[in-house]
Amino acid sequence: MSTAIRFSAVKKRFGDFEALKGIDLEVREGEFFALLGPNGAGKTTLISVLGGLTRPDSGSASVMGCDVQADYRAARRQVGIVPQELTFDPFFTVRETLVFQSGYFGLRRNDAWIDELLENLGLADKANANMRALSGGMKRRVMVAQALVHKPPVIVLDEPTAGVDVALRQTLWAFVQRLNDEGHTIVLTTHYLEEAETLCNRIAMLKQGELVALDDKVALMQSHSTRLLSLRLLPDALPAALQPLLVSERDGAYLLRLDDCKQLEPMLACVREAGVSLRDIEIVQPDLESVFLDVMGRKAG
Amino acid sequence: MQGFYTLFYKEILRFWKVSFQTVAAPVLTAVLYLLIFSHVLEAHVEAYPGVRYTAFLIPGLAMMSMLQNAFANTSSSLIQSKLTGNIVFILLPPLSRLEFFLAYVLAAIVRGLVVGAGVLLFTSLFVLPELKHPLWVLAFALLGSGVLAVLGMIAGIWAEKFDQLAAFQNFIIVPLTFLSGVFYSIHSLPVFWLGVSHLNPVFYMIDGFRYGFFGVGDVSPWLSLSVVGSTFALLTLFTLHLLRTGYKLRH
Ligand SMILES: Nc1ncnc2c1ncn2[C@@H]1O[C@H](COP(=O)(O)OP(=O)(O)O)[C@@H](O)[C@H]1O
Ligand SMILES: [Mg+2]
Repeated sequence: MSTAIRFSAVKKRFGDFEALKGIDLEVREGEFFALLGPNGAGKTTLISVLGGLTRPDSGSASVMGCDVQADYRAARRQVGIVPQELTFDPFFTVRETLVFQSGYFGLRRNDAWIDELLENLGLADKANANMRALSGGMKRRVMVAQALVHKPPVIVLDEPTAGVDVALRQTLWAFVQRLNDEGHTIVLTTHYLEEAETLCNRIAMLKQGELVALDDKVALMQSHSTRLLSLRLLPDALPAALQPLLVSERDGAYLLRLDDCKQLEPMLACVREAGVSLRDIEIVQPDLESVFLDVMGRKAG
Repeated sequence: MQGFYTLFYKEILRFWKVSFQTVAAPVLTAVLYLLIFSHVLEAHVEAYPGVRYTAFLIPGLAMMSMLQNAFANTSSSLIQSKLTGNIVFILLPPLSRLEFFLAYVLAAIVRGLVVGAGVLLFTSLFVLPELKHPLWVLAFALLGSGVLAVLGMIAGIWAEKFDQLAAFQNFIIVPLTFLSGVFYSIHSLPVFWLGVSHLNPVFYMIDGFRYGFFGVGDVSPWLSLSVVGSTFALLTLFTLHLLRTGYKLRH
């Protein structure tokens, strides 16, 4: 399969801050690819490089073989980006917005596809509504439609479901899945790791501007197949002896590595000896979230 | 071409949908200036021999309105798009730098011309100015609006907040347009200020424009044309350079 997106040694600084520290990454045609990482990891910056919104200090990026700087016009026809920030032009209606967006891509008569987009994104009855009058979720749908007016082979969605209701998430994922089935390459960033786990087949993890994991979903899950022990304690203090096992804290619970079930007894003994009592205990089966926490936690130590 | 045409049309629609503020209001302001200044000064000032002050004032007011509105169109459109973030929808498509530049600048020129025509239409109800050389009138209307449209683009790209844009407007654009002979012939000025006015490109826009009406000006229309034309060319090259480097638009 050929390459849809290629980043080669992409570096970007904002003043003294190094947002991307030399990213090498390839996304192949037809993949459903997840780009994960905590806030500030550089996901949006990397996507901006792809769309020509940000210029890398060094390195290069290309979409479907077109360099995003040297061949920027061709590259931009190949990619549709849904930006993370919710934004709209209050002067226009939904349909006007999409007709203009088509025009910017050089498309004059695009009504059939615009109608299909409106239909598939549940916007058909809002076509003539002013952008101002739409709810946040509806505006987000319009942004998705704007990114797709030119039927780009590569579609990038930057946290499209942040703060969005369940109905939209389902409509959106059904549609994006269909586009992927039809051969479009999809790149997705999200904080909802279950979404990434169900939809994507390859995953990259970014941390502080560096790529810390890149693999097929199945392989990635297997290589980090550690179960985690989740503990809630009273008083809320982790005994020093258990600190080395700490992977992360989630909703007031400590997540500890549990490589082997035999370790359970000694770990609980540690808690007892420290004079701390258990409020809640749970064994967490490996899912993408625990893999994510493991990858992020380990590299920090 | 389709990309350019769409952006141009969108920019036209943007001001036309609120034409009450963007066209009617500046026309009314210019008519009020004319009423007040001509009432106060008509009896006392004769700018050119045989030309009534009110008639003299009309082309200056029309030009001033064109310039301010051409500037306002590019600058306000760009800063609004930047602050709301919706400029990404224009930065992501495959528009060339030239298409981007021309669409904004030409739409702003159109607004300038519409406002200018409105001012001439309504003020001519009071005094009908002569129209000796319509081609000079048209040339200076186009070039003058063009220069200010490009300046508006530079200001809109540069400014990160509305108050920076307001500062650019209040400390650069307003003085340039007011100290340019809108309300008087600069030959009535003291020598120092006469010299200063000669350094102001807006003076040449208004003088050349006025020449088109009366066939008289403070300087030759050809001199005005070359000053205004080269200002336009230099600012255009500068702005295209900004767009090529992505200054403040592509980080
Ligand atoms: N234009 C900018 N100027 C300064 N810093 C920036 C800019 N854009 C991003 N950053 C910084 O770069 C880092 C990465 O940001 P971003 O790519 O948005 O991360 P993510 O999308 O993974 O949350 C953040 O620390 C952010 O503050
Ligand atoms: Mg982001």
